[in-house]
Amino acid sequence: MKKYLKTYPDKCIACRACESVCSNLYFKEDNPEKSCIRITQLADAVEMNACNQCEACAKACPTQALTITHQGVVMVNKSLCISCYMCIAACPTNSMHRYHGGIYPFKCISCGACTKACPVEAIKVVQE
Amino acid sequence: MKKIDRKLIAEYSYTLKPVEKGYNRRTLYINVGENKIMEKPVSDMMIDKFVGGKGFDLYLLWHAIKDSTQWNDPENEICISFGPLCGNTNYPGSGKSIVTTISPLTGIPIDSNVGGHFGPYTKFAGFDALEIQGKADEEVIVYIDGDSGKIQILSAPDEEINSHIIAENLIAEFCDAEGKEQFVSVVSSGTAADYVDISCLNFSFWDKRRKVARLKQAGRGGIGRVFRDKKIKALVVKFSGLKGDTNHPVDLDTLQKTGLKLHREIEKGDSSQCHMRECGTAHLTEIMNDYDLLPIKNFKYGQDDAAKGLASWEFKKMFTQNMPDGCWYGCSLACCKAVDNFIPRTGPYKGHKVCVDGPEYETVGGCGSNICIWDAKDVAEINFYCDTYGVDTISFGTATAFAMECWENGILDMAKTGGLDLSWGNADSALELLHQMARGEGFGVIVGKGVRKMKALFAKEYGADPDFLQDIGMEAKGLEYSQYMSKESLAQQGGYTFALKGPQHDEAWLIFMDMVNNHIPTFEAKAEALHYFPMFRTWFGLQGLCKLPWNDIEPEDNAQTDEPAKVPEHVQNYVDIYKAITGKPMDKHELIRQSERVYNFQKVFCMRMGKGRLIDDIPPYRAVGPVTEEEYLSRQDRYDKQLLEKVGIDPKGLSLKEKMQKTRAHREDQYRQLINAVYKRKGWTPEGVPTLEHLSAIGMDLPEVLEVVKRYL
Repeated sequence: MKKYLKTYPDKCIACRACESVCSNLYFKEDNPEKSCIRITQLADAVEMNACNQCEACAKACPTQALTITHQGVVMVNKSLCISCYMCIAACPTNSMHRYHGGIYPFKCISCGACTKACPVEAIKVVQE
Repeated sequence: MKKIDRKLIAEYSYTLKPVEKGYNRRTLYINVGENKIMEKPVSDMMIDKFVGGKGFDLYLLWHAIKDSTQWNDPENEICISFGPLCGNTNYPGSGKSIVTTISPLTGIPIDSNVGGHFGPYTKFAGFDALEIQGKADEEVIVYIDGDSGKIQILSAPDEEINSHIIAENLIAEFCDAEGKEQFVSVVSSGTAADYVDISCLNFSFWDKRRKVARLKQAGRGGIGRVFRDKKIKALVVKFSGLKGDTNHPVDLDTLQKTGLKLHREIEKGDSSQCHMRECGTAHLTEIMNDYDLLPIKNFKYGQDDAAKGLASWEFKKMFTQNMPDGCWYGCSLACCKAVDNFIPRTGPYKGHKVCVDGPEYETVGGCGSNICIWDAKDVAEINFYCDTYGVDTISFGTATAFAMECWENGILDMAKTGGLDLSWGNADSALELLHQMARGEGFGVIVGKGVRKMKALFAKEYGADPDFLQDIGMEAKGLEYSQYMSKESLAQQGGYTFALKGPQHDEAWLIFMDMVNNHIPTFEAKAEALHYFPMFRTWFGLQGLCKLPWNDIEPEDNAQTDEPAKVPEHVQNYVDIYKAITGKPMDKHELIRQSERVYNFQKVFCMRMGKGRLIDDIPPYRAVGPVTEEEYLSRQDRYDKQLLEKVGIDPKGLSLKEKMQKTRAHREDQYRQLINAVYKRKGWTPEGVPTLEHLSAIGMDLPEVLEVVKRYL
């Protein structure tokens, strides 16, 4: 089973409410660089990026600091993480992140806070 | 596991403090003979002139021994150092320890670069280097507890010596609890190191997925023999506090970004470049065979159809795939492959399920092609027993190849080998040699003395022609050659034979540049390469780094740069991470100067111990050209063509013997011209002595150095 964010870019209006709620929730600041979901406004479309819980990062982790919950969500265990960032390079969707001044990588854990903030229902938490 | 009743022989407590900018500013001295443990400060001079890593090792060793010190004198030390960049988890290949001692094979300092967790953990436990001196009265282990700040010398009454067992036993004994094994690392050797000089040390790292102690080797130069001569069974370190900034860099962001850039390069490029993640360095075997560079029959030939039995695809089938096989955290190049659940068919562990670390390319060449063993499983078994017994696979391969060629020439027979048939390719005999080394008996102990001592013995005891033995015995300075053919690359003949510790390719690997691409055609160009690359590669040993992420993965646009052989973008990466960790100024020129100081110090160190002379830089002719008629005939078209085009002698009408003589005269003359050009470029006299002016110019004019040099000027 996997619990992950399903995105609908055709609905997205790039208001960035999702980025704001995410970074505020986890880093107590309104900063898109610290959001687990990323919105990119392209010339004629919007790109939405969030982890699909594919587990490629967990396979790459040398300390097994990326654990998988019973719901199929990949979590960073900071007590084991040594911040090598091999997970960031291994992520096929560029959904594992770092930020200037930080130590640990971070990622979407399918908490769903962004879904509630989205005014146009462009994000859903699904279980498959 | 049976609990070991240990006696506490000595104990020392120290103050824990964080690493700052890559340095602890103190080293650890342990005398297992006098049961003395103390800290020593690291001075600004040490950092400025010796940097760290191999530089610290050599500096400490120099001041610990006398000119007359032999490998088995109590004052000889084993020094292990780590370097300021060692232990960062961001940049691939940053977990190396460098081990030095006075070698039983060469009588001069050997330096061996090794992965595993012992080095970084000992650094983070609080020390920039570790010196071990003296000889213990009884078997001991040394325990460094980096969590509580305590060092102990403990008795080691009854446990195993062989590394694959003792490493796991000690990890289980010293870890805080099950599930915390990854915080403990062990240095050990093996039973063969009690008897033979071609011995190594194993540095462990706990593999969380396989749940085994993996073993990386400080292979070259017989350090295991010194270790066991001191009656040390193991060094153990525990450090549980590793984080992404434990090295306390001044600019973590640059370090993280530079490391991530290389991770991404590897992620994208490895599967189309070197396949390190699939096969490790064993990917090289078929490439070397294709280019006539894979050693076969004691370096007679460079190519054989049978080598397909040792090709990377054979090992890929054996290596467990898709594992983060780095020997230190954060190495995404992940070259240290393993054969899981391997079942040896011989020896004391016959029928056991074991994990084999490797085989790497050097082991495939030495323990495979060079002795005509073409079955990958046999190579894996030799690899396993070499590691656990504490035997260097490179020296074992080259020494066994020498013995097999002596057998082929009738110098050895069943009576002399104690009933072992040393025909090419006899895997059973090769394995039995190893088991004999571990038992300290039979002809294995003779082979374990290394090629130089075998040459003297076979000439004296068996009446063998010493000139022939000199020609085919692939050693220089007493160390066995590693596993590349250098006959067609003059630059590589120098790369091997000028190497300060003996013929190991870690100073320079110039074969493709020289032989394949013809990028360094003149003596001056070769000399420049034999200056730059040994200096550049020395830098890895000063910092605690691995060479592989420098040029076993290259940026996509590397070929379009002005100097692709140097991989300029990666050189800049090293400049950037050095500055990011230490906060000290650095550029690509200062990088070379740092190395040049330590390199020349090591050169003078060799002179102090009675070597480092011109005569020590002369290779056996097997490394230079065809010794035997069959060798010449096997590549007759090539050699005849060279006589005509390079020497200006028409081979038509010449006898085979005449052609061989003229080829030899030409090649040896070329090598002499190379020596002149290289010594000049390195700032040395025609006899290979660093000049006072050069030592002053590079800042290595310490009084103790000049005192030695003046003896030779």
